[in-house]
Amino acid sequence: MTEPRLQLNDECRAMLAGERGPATKFAMELVQRAAHVMGATQLVPVTFAHIDACFYAGQAHVDFARFMLEGGARFAVPAWTNNGLVSLVNTDARDPETEMARGAKELMQLYADLGCRTVWTCAPYQLPGRPKLGDHIVVGESNAVSFYNAVVGARTNKYGDYLDVACAVTGYAPFAGLHTDEGRKATILFDTSSIPDELKRQDIYFHLLGTLIGERAGHAVPAIDSLDPATGEDALKAISAAAAAAGGVEHWHGIGRTPEAPDIATAFGGKQPHRVETVTLDGLAHARRELTSASDGPVTMIALGTPHFSFTEFAALVPLIEGRKVKDGVKLSISTSRHVRDLAAAKGWIDALEAAGAEIVVDTCSYFSPAIRGCKGRVMTNAAKWAWYAPGQLGVEVCFGSLRECAETAVMGDVWRDPQLWRGLA
Amino acid sequence: MIEVKARVLFDGPAMADVLRLNAPLSFWGGFDPATGIIIDNNHPQKGQCIKARVLVMPATRGSGGTPGGVAEAIRNGSGPAGVIMGEGDVNVMVGAAVAQQLYGLTCPILEVTGNDYETVAAARRLRIQEGGTIEFAD
Repeated sequence: MTEPRLQLNDECRAMLAGERGPATKFAMELVQRAAHVMGATQLVPVTFAHIDACFYAGQAHVDFARFMLEGGARFAVPAWTNNGLVSLVNTDARDPETEMARGAKELMQLYADLGCRTVWTCAPYQLPGRPKLGDHIVVGESNAVSFYNAVVGARTNKYGDYLDVACAVTGYAPFAGLHTDEGRKATILFDTSSIPDELKRQDIYFHLLGTLIGERAGHAVPAIDSLDPATGEDALKAISAAAAAAGGVEHWHGIGRTPEAPDIATAFGGKQPHRVETVTLDGLAHARRELTSASDGPVTMIALGTPHFSFTEFAALVPLIEGRKVKDGVKLSISTSRHVRDLAAAKGWIDALEAAGAEIVVDTCSYFSPAIRGCKGRVMTNAAKWAWYAPGQLGVEVCFGSLRECAETAVMGDVWRDPQLWRGLA
Repeated sequence: MIEVKARVLFDGPAMADVLRLNAPLSFWGGFDPATGIIIDNNHPQKGQCIKARVLVMPATRGSGGTPGGVAEAIRNGSGPAGVIMGEGDVNVMVGAAVAQQLYGLTCPILEVTGNDYETVAAARRLRIQEGGTIEFAD
C-alpha cells in the first residue's frame, strides 16, 4: 500500500534528527505519525496551543510530562493550560489527599515547569490574547475547539492528549481536516425559522439548540440558518459547548454572526447542503428532556460555569443574588478561571456573591472535581454541557434551567420555574 | 493459513487470541485501564476483558482522553496485545506510540477495512507481523 509522502522542511527534519533533544524528537515523530494517519501530506505552522494533557488521567500522563521536561522539550508557541483535575486554590481540609489528587497536582506543576501559561481554564477564549481569524492553532478541549473554530475563526482539529503537546512543542500540526478550507465548509443546514423570536432571545435557547444540533450533526459541520448579529459570546459559548458534548461538533457556522458565515452560500462553499434539519419547538423540548433527569423539587446544589463562567455572566448573575441568601443546605457553585474571578472581584461581585453564600471555584471543572464528589441528589444547572455529563460522572440528578431560574432556585432551595419561559417546551 | 495486509498506524508484532467487539469502545471511560475490563454500561460486551487480546473493533468512540486510556492500560499490563480497527483513529495510535516511548511496550495498531475486516474478525487467534501482515488459521 502506497501512502502519500509527508513533506518536511529543514526545521522539522532537524527535530527528527534529534537536534533539539530526545523529547522534541519524539514529539516530531508523533506529529509525523499523526499526519500519516490523517492522510496529511504537509504540516502547518501553529501559533497557539491550549493544552489538555494537564488534566490528570493516570500515571502515564505524569510520566509523559516528565519525559518531555527531562528530555529538554519546551513549547515553540504560547501554550495555555486547560483545567486541572483539582483546584490549586479551593482546597478543602476535609478532602482526603488521594493518589488522584497528588497525581493531579504533580501533573499541573510539570506543565508549569514546561513553560505553559497556567490559566487553568476550559474557556481560554475569555482571556485577552485571543488568536485571530485564520490562525492555525492546537486545541483539545471540546468546547474550546468548537468556539475557536466557529466564533473566532481560528483553525484547529480536536487534538487528543499528548498530540496537543507534541504539536505545541514542535510548532507544527498535520495539515488536514479543519485546518483546510474545504474541511471547514458547512454540510448540514439547521432551519430555525419556525422558532418564535421571543425564545431566540432567551439563554436557554442556545443550550437547547446546541444540544439538538450536536445530536443530529454528529461530527459534520453544521450551520444555523440565522443568528442575530448581536448574539453575545456567552450564547455562542453555550452552542459551542452543547453541540460538542452532545455530538462531537468541532466547527459550526451561525449565518450572519460567525466570521466564516456572512451568508449561506459562503458557509457552504457555494454547494447545496447535504441535508436540511428543521428545528421545531418539539425538537427543543426533546433536547430539554435530554438535559433533565429529575422532576422539579428540592435541590442540593446549583452548578454554574460550564464552560467557565464569564465576566458578562457574573454581571448578569450578581443582581439576581446580591443582598439575598442561598438557602441553608444548598450549595451554589460557580466555576470560573482565576482571570475572570479577579475581574469580577475588582467589581466587588465576588464579595457580594460569597456574602450571599455562593462558592467560587477556580482551576477545575465541577463535574470532575473531587471537591464536588460526594454531592448527591438533585442539582440544577444553566449549562447544557454540565447537564449532559454530570449524571454519568457524579451520579446526581439534573434539572436544566435558565440563569434566572438557577438563581431563584438557589435562594428558595426548590426548583423555581419562570412561568413564561417554557411555553411550548414542556 | 489466511493472510491479510493491514494499514499500519503503529507498527509491531503480536500474537494472541482475538476479542471481537461488536460496538465501538471508548478508551476513555469505556474500560478500566487498571484491569482491562469493559465498564461502559451501554457496551454489549460490558464485563469482558481486553487484556492481552488482539482487539478487533469497528471503531473507537472518539475522545481526547483516548491516548491516556490506551497508554495507561499498556503501562499497567492490562492493555490489548494489538488493536485492529475497521476505522483507524489517530488517538489510539498516539496512546500506543507514547506507551512504547515511555515503557518500551509495543502494541501494534492496524486498520483493516471492507471484507478484510469481516475475515479478520472471524479469526479466533492471530499473528500480527511487523509491517502489518495479519496471519491466522482458516
